[in-house]
Amino acid sequence: MISAAGIAAQLTELALAVVLAPLLTGWVNQCRAWLQNRSAPGLLQPYRMLAKLFQKEVALAHNASPMFRTAPYLVFGCLCVAAAIVPTLGTDLPLNAVADAIALVGLLALARMFIALAGMDVGTAFGSLGARREMLVGFLAEPALLMVLFTASLISHSTSLATIVETLAHRELVIYPSMAFAGIAFTMVSLAENARIPVDNPSTHLELTMIHEAMVLEYSGRHLAMIEWAASLKLFVYSCMGLALFFPWGVAEGGDWLGIVLALPGLFVKLAIGGAGLSLIETVSAKLRIFRAPEFLGTAFLLAVLAMLVHVLLEG
Amino acid sequence: MLASPLHDVLACALGWLAIGLVGVFQPRNFWLVTRVLFPLGAIIGLAIAATALAAIFSPPSSLVLPLGLPDLPFHARVDALSCFFLLLLGSVSAGVSVFAAGYFRRGEGTPPGLQCLYYHVFLSSMALVLVADDAYFFMVVWETMALSSFFLVTSDHGSAEIRRAGFLYLLIAHLGAIAILLCFGALQSGTGNYTFETMRAVQPTPLWATAAFLLALVGFGAKAGIVPLHVWLPEAHPAAPSPVSALMSAVMLKTAIYGLLRVTFDLIGWPLWWWGVVALVIGLVSALFGIVFAAVQTDMKRLLAYSSIENIGLVMAGFGLTILFKAFSMGALAALALTATLYHCLNHAFFKSLLFLATGSVLHATRERSLGKLGGLIHRMPWVAWTALVGTIAIAGLPPLNGFVSEWLLLQAFLFTPGLPHSYLNMLVPVAAAMIALTAALSGYVMVKFYGVVFLGQPREAKLAEAHDAGIRERIGLLWLAAGCVVLGLAPVAAIGLIDPIARAFTGHGLALGGAAGWLMLAPISAERAAYSPLAVLLMIALLVTIAWLSVRLFYHGRMRRTAAWGCGFPHLDARMQDTAEGFGQPVSVVFEPFFRVDQAVPSPFDAKPRYRQSLDDRLWHWLYLPVVRAVDKATALVTVLQRGRISVYLMYSFATLLVLLLFVR
Repeated sequence: MISAAGIAAQLTELALAVVLAPLLTGWVNQCRAWLQNRSAPGLLQPYRMLAKLFQKEVALAHNASPMFRTAPYLVFGCLCVAAAIVPTLGTDLPLNAVADAIALVGLLALARMFIALAGMDVGTAFGSLGARREMLVGFLAEPALLMVLFTASLISHSTSLATIVETLAHRELVIYPSMAFAGIAFTMVSLAENARIPVDNPSTHLELTMIHEAMVLEYSGRHLAMIEWAASLKLFVYSCMGLALFFPWGVAEGGDWLGIVLALPGLFVKLAIGGAGLSLIETVSAKLRIFRAPEFLGTAFLLAVLAMLVHVLLEG
Repeated sequence: MLASPLHDVLACALGWLAIGLVGVFQPRNFWLVTRVLFPLGAIIGLAIAATALAAIFSPPSSLVLPLGLPDLPFHARVDALSCFFLLLLGSVSAGVSVFAAGYFRRGEGTPPGLQCLYYHVFLSSMALVLVADDAYFFMVVWETMALSSFFLVTSDHGSAEIRRAGFLYLLIAHLGAIAILLCFGALQSGTGNYTFETMRAVQPTPLWATAAFLLALVGFGAKAGIVPLHVWLPEAHPAAPSPVSALMSAVMLKTAIYGLLRVTFDLIGWPLWWWGVVALVIGLVSALFGIVFAAVQTDMKRLLAYSSIENIGLVMAGFGLTILFKAFSMGALAALALTATLYHCLNHAFFKSLLFLATGSVLHATRERSLGKLGGLIHRMPWVAWTALVGTIAIAGLPPLNGFVSEWLLLQAFLFTPGLPHSYLNMLVPVAAAMIALTAALSGYVMVKFYGVVFLGQPREAKLAEAHDAGIRERIGLLWLAAGCVVLGLAPVAAIGLIDPIARAFTGHGLALGGAAGWLMLAPISAERAAYSPLAVLLMIALLVTIAWLSVRLFYHGRMRRTAAWGCGFPHLDARMQDTAEGFGQPVSVVFEPFFRVDQAVPSPFDAKPRYRQSLDDRLWHWLYLPVVRAVDKATALVTVLQRGRISVYLMYSFATLLVLLLFVR
């Protein structure tokens, strides 16, 4: 049942996600700079960026509709709820019960739909091009993500993320072929969904390669800040989802304070390693042409379906 | 209130007929038709919905009507399944009728009075289909439904394209009707008694039962638009006036689902497991096929028509799963799958009629159906745009609206399938679940295309600047349906409560609702397995959005400057540089290329006036239908040999026939 302590723990987790998300982005950028032999911009650079954007005024296109102005907040709100659903620190939090893995995918899709619609709102060539590409990536990545989560759900006989984490954390420590396939698929999907190399490049403004950046080209000031923050949150959510599915050890079971505080250092270490891994992938791989992205994501989808099949056939 | 719910329903159906008849006698009285008759029809719709809502939990009641042939009277019966679909019919048609009151304009196509007749006969026949309790009555009202909708589809019969669409519709409707007739023939099991009462009592042999099921699948499938019997759907829906497209897509397709459920679970009773596999496969193929074709459409109503095929496919998949679970006596899971199926019927009725009506308003305001000539309408038509956004989110299957709830239930049902006592079936599950997931994701893509191209961006034509928003009656209709989408999305437990009696009647089980979390939390099996609370999700999003917005305002500022869109240094940005509908569909046409028959002409680099043309066609039309058309043409060519055009030859034929008959009959 919902208790005051539970709500407090939930709020802590949510606040932690919102505050820490830009730090994770900063960490990934820093690792990438090191790997590429550049001098790094500093861990706190994303925060400075956000502060700068918030202070700037908004330059809004003449025919931008209310949709354009509300979308950044809606996207941010959806991703906050998604961050609250994923069991990052503890499994027995009140919001874990109101939405399961399928609802989590739905929330991420809702955020994507709003931002794609906002991209089409002003009616520039770049905006609609970006929106189309984002939706292309989305419709291939979303089912793959759903399949990965289904594999975990079949193992734990539940689509509730909390139950999934609890079940997976208590399994015997051997390599399950289904989870191995699912892990590869999940990595590929996360790269695509977070606008990372090889599908998209977060630091480019070249028209032929942009996806996410093209879509939000028209945004400025506080709206852009909300979108950037939401993008960091998305990376954070995906990272935590990956940790919850594939490295669930250390997450507090139950909603007591002590467990959550103890889970915190574990989360930091796991995120730091995960972020470094992401920057390594980004450094060693090349950006794909946009026409190759469906193949990349199709492979991810296939692997995810294979994961489910393997589970049904071998481990069922 | 009359004696029983059945009396009430029949009275309402008669009321609709009476409204139609009044329209005939005043065919050109525009004021009467739009200000009195259509609103009255909407009120009757509400009355039917209220009756059905009240009667859904009461035991079935039946009646022998003093109609029909002397020794073959019409039987009528109303039970939970009828009530559920009557509720769907009543509540959706109320919104559509109010909209239609503002939609039909002077001097367009058929006179308004006749339009009113066909429209209300259509409504009335759909209501009667749902209460018919013998094959004779059922076929009479089923055909009335087909004919009245045919006249509605061809109401703008001046155009050859629309006449062709109407012909195709009528043809396939009748092929379906023949199959349904044969299905009832198989079901009466030699008793010669065609009441549903007898069919329920008699247990057909597996062979006859299978024949009946397959015939029902073909017959009702033709009406529902499953692949490969779908070809009429994308032709007929765009041809009809928008309120009619809304009714056809939202309600008429559901009467076919009603028929399938009635035959399979009520008249046959005990389905065989492999029927479920057939229905499941057909459903999945239809769903993927429909949504892939929707993605490449350039006509907004065709896009929605293809999306109807997709949704019917999802419903069929749920239906197939229900059969599977029921055949293996897994009652609770059959109840879950049946709930998902029926819930999706209800949801689709609301969001699809909402979107069809929105396209109707757009069509009226702009006289344009082609996506390539629309755009930016959110500024000119805010009412239509914002209500359509509700429909868009709902149909894309996104939380917290209704489309998500039924897809969630369906996916939950799939996740239980590995418990089936059949290892090959268990292997089917991942593939099926993957197809459902892909379809759901693609529908998001399609709806972004639909909404973005029609309502967002810059107007692609100069005349769009004169577009006007919907009138007051149109707005009420749109708001009613949008409210339906929201309520069905936020209060799933209440809606599932309505499906519960049907699930209990057909599967012997209900869903475990009303547990610890009560009406707020949807947990069909148990809270540990899966739970979802749309209201909490919506409240959380609203709360966080408000907090984010307020804190940005509080800590920073609200300064804003209006300026031209950033053109990357290129000074001549115009509306034609936006993505077109073709452009938005291009990735799908590349990824799913084998689905299409592509016919394209690409200009060479040296063309002075380059023209780019591409048409994507349905392969099934060329593989399946055109050969049949050619065969019929050949056969008729053979028969024309007999046709000499001389009276003496024909007299010869008669004489020869007479001789042959005499020889045999003697």
